[in-house]
Amino acid sequence: MKVLQIVEQAFRATGEEQDDTILWLSRSMRAVGAELHLLLNGNAAYYAVQQGHLPPLRFGHWQQSHPANIEQDLQALIDSGVTVSVVEEALVERGLAQKPSIKGLQRLPRKALASLYNSVDQVWQW
Amino acid sequence: MSTAQTLTFAFMDPPFESERTTTFFRLLEASLEAGANIKVFAYEGAVALAFSKQQAHGNSVHGRGVDEEAHPLSRQWIAALQQKAKERGLTFDWINCGLCVDERGVNEVISGCGRGSPADLWKFASAADNTLVIGTR
Repeated sequence: MKVLQIVEQAFRATGEEQDDTILWLSRSMRAVGAELHLLLNGNAAYYAVQQGHLPPLRFGHWQQSHPANIEQDLQALIDSGVTVSVVEEALVERGLAQKPSIKGLQRLPRKALASLYNSVDQVWQW
Repeated sequence: MSTAQTLTFAFMDPPFESERTTTFFRLLEASLEAGANIKVFAYEGAVALAFSKQQAHGNSVHGRGVDEEAHPLSRQWIAALQQKAKERGLTFDWINCGLCVDERGVNEVISGCGRGSPADLWKFASAADNTLVIGTR
């Protein structure tokens, strides 16, 4: 079974969880053999071009030690064999199209989505 | 051998904060009504749905005490759906993401709900006829 994981919500709980929860879920499932294709759309398209770790949280004397590193997590997914794509128009709409994206990440036009949906067994829209 | 379909649900919303939670339970009930076995993977805030220490309270604005108010609790909804599944000869499996439980301190869960990991979501989805994921917004 192959599942298309669609991530549209950006930075959902990334401060508290120190990762994107669906990227983490995907890495966990990939570790037990899940066949996945991860698609970034909407505000989460920013993940495709975001570099380095997020700024650490600071409250009073408390400072976060390990802020989320979306770039690293996406690269790990790609390196583990998960195809990661971003919707090209979602980048264009946000003025991000000219920024370099993560190595190995695919840019897909919206018109390609129907065939992508048809290529998998299930579509999980997070 | 049962011919009932099996549906897997992944859900992220906590109790008492969103209409998605009520809608999610309506979908579970409708699925049981349709004769489907149910598998739930509760992720992030949804792990609190099965927290056994949820307490009903009275409501002075409503002018009702604890018993009269009969405040809804998601743990009771889960128990009711477990019972409904049992009465219909269907299965109702519920796994909470263990790390999500730990970070929220909601380790005490009602009977019939277990602890697991995303590997369980993959097992549930692989064993089901279809899967619906409902992410928080």
